[in-house]
Amino acid sequence: MKKKQGISPYSAVGIVAAQSIGEPGTQMTMRTFHYAGVAEHVPTGLPRLIELVDAKKEPSKALIEIFLLPKYSKNQKKVKEFANMVESILLSDVASIEEDMDEKEIRIKISKKDFKDLGLKEEDMGAIIKKAVTTNKLKISKDLLYIVKLKEGKKFPLRSLRKLQIKLSKVLVKGVEGIKKAVVVHEKGDYFVRASGFNIKGALALPDVDPSRIYTNNILEMYTVFGIEVARAVLVRELNSVMELQNINVGVRHLMLLADAICADGKLKSIGRHGLSGEKAGVLGRAAFEETIKHLVAAAVYAEEDKLKGVTENIIVGQTIPVGTGKVMLSMKK
Amino acid sequence: MKEVTKIIDKIRFSLLSPEIVRDIAVAKITIPDTYDDDGYPIDGGLVDQRLGVIDPGLRCKTCGGKIKTCPGHFGMIELVRPIIHVEFGKTIYTILSTTCPECHTIISKTAKKCPNCKAKIPEIKFLKPTTIFKDGAAMLPTEVRDWLVSIPDSTLMKMGLDPRYARPEWMIISVLLVPPVSVRPSITLESGERSEDDLTHKLVDIIRINQKLEANINAGAPQLIIEDLWELLQYHITTYFDNETANIPPARHRSGRPLKTLAQRLKGKEGRFRYNLLGKRVNFSARTVISPDPMIRLDEVGVPLKMAEELTIPVTVTDWNIDECKRHISSESYPQALYVIRNDGRRIRVTDITKEEVLKELKIGWIIERQIVDGDIAIFNRQPSLHRVSMMGHEIRVLPGKTFRLNPITTTPYNADFDGDEMNLHIIQTPDAQAEVRELMKVENQIISPRHGHAIIKPTEDHVSAAYFLTRDDAVFTRKEASKLLIIANIKKLPKPDKGDKYSGKLLFSLLLPSELSLKEKTKLGDIVEIKKGKMIKGALDNRVLEGGLLERFFLIKGPKATRDFLDAITKISLEALRWTGLSVSLKNYSLSPAALKTVEGIENKANREMENLILQYKNKTLERSPGLTLKETLEFNIMAVTTRTRNEAGKIVEDDLGQTNSSIIMAKIGARGSLLNAIQMSALVGQQAVRNKRLKRGYIQRSLPFYKKGSLKGKERGFVYNSFRKGLTPDEFFHHAMGGRESLVNTAIRTARSGYMQRRLIHALQDLTVQEDRTVKNGKDAIVQFMYGGDGKDPMYETTTEYMESAKEDAVDTV
Repeated sequence: MKKKQGISPYSAVGIVAAQSIGEPGTQMTMRTFHYAGVAEHVPTGLPRLIELVDAKKEPSKALIEIFLLPKYSKNQKKVKEFANMVESILLSDVASIEEDMDEKEIRIKISKKDFKDLGLKEEDMGAIIKKAVTTNKLKISKDLLYIVKLKEGKKFPLRSLRKLQIKLSKVLVKGVEGIKKAVVVHEKGDYFVRASGFNIKGALALPDVDPSRIYTNNILEMYTVFGIEVARAVLVRELNSVMELQNINVGVRHLMLLADAICADGKLKSIGRHGLSGEKAGVLGRAAFEETIKHLVAAAVYAEEDKLKGVTENIIVGQTIPVGTGKVMLSMKK
Repeated sequence: MKEVTKIIDKIRFSLLSPEIVRDIAVAKITIPDTYDDDGYPIDGGLVDQRLGVIDPGLRCKTCGGKIKTCPGHFGMIELVRPIIHVEFGKTIYTILSTTCPECHTIISKTAKKCPNCKAKIPEIKFLKPTTIFKDGAAMLPTEVRDWLVSIPDSTLMKMGLDPRYARPEWMIISVLLVPPVSVRPSITLESGERSEDDLTHKLVDIIRINQKLEANINAGAPQLIIEDLWELLQYHITTYFDNETANIPPARHRSGRPLKTLAQRLKGKEGRFRYNLLGKRVNFSARTVISPDPMIRLDEVGVPLKMAEELTIPVTVTDWNIDECKRHISSESYPQALYVIRNDGRRIRVTDITKEEVLKELKIGWIIERQIVDGDIAIFNRQPSLHRVSMMGHEIRVLPGKTFRLNPITTTPYNADFDGDEMNLHIIQTPDAQAEVRELMKVENQIISPRHGHAIIKPTEDHVSAAYFLTRDDAVFTRKEASKLLIIANIKKLPKPDKGDKYSGKLLFSLLLPSELSLKEKTKLGDIVEIKKGKMIKGALDNRVLEGGLLERFFLIKGPKATRDFLDAITKISLEALRWTGLSVSLKNYSLSPAALKTVEGIENKANREMENLILQYKNKTLERSPGLTLKETLEFNIMAVTTRTRNEAGKIVEDDLGQTNSSIIMAKIGARGSLLNAIQMSALVGQQAVRNKRLKRGYIQRSLPFYKKGSLKGKERGFVYNSFRKGLTPDEFFHHAMGGRESLVNTAIRTARSGYMQRRLIHALQDLTVQEDRTVKNGKDAIVQFMYGGDGKDPMYETTTEYMESAKEDAVDTV
């Protein structure tokens, strides 16, 4: 049989794509995925799919993959060193931070063992802590003990003290902010770093990082750093991997269409009332989805016109929908 | 037939001005009551007869129409004091706070002084839902209205408002529009008592307070009392529009139930939009239980005679069918015409009395409504309609009985089974629609799914078993048997025997295949199946080869109709062949030999030792911690590995012991039904039960059942089931199994809800995306989403085609 394999004009490809992605949703398991050493309970299946469809939301478990330049990516030692370098260490990881309410001061005691293991230098610490301390007084005493004295004349000294303590505990001692638990992974012949969290900008600032292979499953981050085309590609890849992990076969065309719809305006738009559905052309279409009253009232105030171009709008008024055979007219010659 | 064209081109939304309200209202409603003591509608009351009729037999005082012809007419209530419309509170606030009270130009929200006229700008604040403060004092709606009235059109246009359709003062209600009675019909209870609609109740309240307010104003009551009543009127009008406004107590019915007012009528799943406007009820439809019938074609649906007698199709009388039409009219029994519609639109019921006259008068151009017959087209549907193959076109086949009959091969797309499922049937009325259903929606056109380009209507279960038995090397048939099989598939030429005077199953099966078909593929078990130019050469079919390579290639070569016939032929031959060999399972199929049972026990003991060893290492802290895991997690991880390995080892024993002739093992291996896991659980051991992918631990403090030791890490106490289903579970094993079972039930319930909502969102966001003539994809705003659909303009239905074309080429080289 010879049959054209091209898509027919006026095909309702959007609906088919939505069905092809939505229908297997019922068969998906809620299982989570485990990346040894990096993150547990990374969502796959339905929860992850919903996350991706919500485009703008941050994933509940973000991961980042950092490759070094090709010349280093076979070098396990170098990559291991790099992993130690990117992994963020907070002050609270290496020190005990105690507040003294009477003296209005905070005592930071750094544990020597951790300190050495991480290869930190004593002389740098002062400067690092100093940055967070700002106008308050910092006293550096021996044995890695730092005392921060709260500035006098604060209106609520105790509250300020607590605030300062929280701030201090989050001070970055080493590594790239937001990147935690880095592990060296060996896949397809290359060594690279897989870590939880994301911070592409921070990671790219480090030497020897291969900018062409850096990757995170956080679509929003990829969008902000690399732009919409990369976001689209990552979205397709992530959607595809969700389907593959569940052993569900969905043609890429459907996933691409979804990704293209999300990215069509040059920025990420979620599927739902805050994104694509809330910005549809027809008033009736929007009102029929969610927030009915809000859309009707706004339409009245701005004297909006519904040109009845959409599917929902035409169903509402009882006319043929503008899709497929509904878009063409046939007439017979008399 | 009338030409169908678009009637509504666009809809404009706007605000109603008091003038328009007065113009469209046919009656002024002044009396806060409905019927008088005699049960007669009060003039000027809420069911004034000028507002339309709801009682049969009466005529509308405005249009003279009867219950079906009168659309209803609006009335109005003149409010003595204006009221702010709840929904516009925020908008009014925005307008007030961005215009200068003196010169009415647009100013910044934060401005203290008007940059234009230097007037001092008052501080405007908004308290949800309807109160606006000016310099700390609440503004009266009259003040607000005066301010809004004075804003010139030019300023409004700059704000993006169109004064022709939406002047801001119209957001303040001075005349309230009263909806027609047909919008708020009263219901008469059995006792003869009338019960009014919620909206009518609300309107009664409004009129009552309005009158009280008027009386107090006229009597010169103190300002405080007037403002209190004004506030009360505001409350009633607010709840009339939306009875779920934040910070406003909902108005209640006498019984204490909150009233359903305008907003509630529109909103949500059961609201006007989603329930009535997007979901329409239809005629010419039927619903009943489904049952299987493999002997009807897969694109047929068996319809009970009783239904066929009720369901009709309109047929226009033409020169060519007038005799047939007459036959339908004159017929005394089943295929009858029930109604005849004349040129003037009059509808005549065909009865014994009218029959003669109708027959005499019948003219070309009239329409007869005849009962459905075999071969008519219908849409068959099973809910939830999650994808397009949930609604397919079937040809009607009228059968005795009371259920719909469905070829079991079409259950996959509908996701149906026969444990009591019901399905819907829609008879297609117009010729255009019938043509569309036949050409686009028929079952044979849906064999390949657009989701992935693979077959979705495919041989399953018994088809697969039979195809396997039929194509096995040892399948040999006598001349008599071969003839019997072939005639079922309507093959009338018996080929030359290939096994002495007998026929191999492969030869017989090959007769169903087209000569263009060649393939060489691996089965699930890795055996090679080879078909050369329509002749089966090697291997026995399993589900993978059958539905993948074979069926899909068949479809690509021969097209929908031939594939449909192929599937039907396979179905019939399968059933016949299976009846000869027999295929069933019994308890024996799951009984292991004493020796095998002993081995299984050995495996279990080994697992126990391993687990105990791990626990011991854990307690001694000699267990090596896996990277990224705590010691406890490492232990759990290792134990889970032991349990899975145990079950796999048992699997091997089961497979060997039950043997390759065991029907349940055969069915599992060829992918007809069941899996090896089912066999293991029934005959050897059930294995580890888990909740959230972890061994059971919850229920009682640090244990799953009260008679276990707290914190025990042993296999049994953490949900390892040593017994098989055949042997029977101990009470605690049974309970553990139920724990695992409960989790999966809960998960399924949650998943369906979540995925349902996701699909609704997806559909809504993507439904307006269509391919254009140039194969770009555009959305509802006519903006391009893809420059070429899917990057190559290919139909996803043919996604697998290229693969097959490639292998076909290789094949061609092979055979040369």
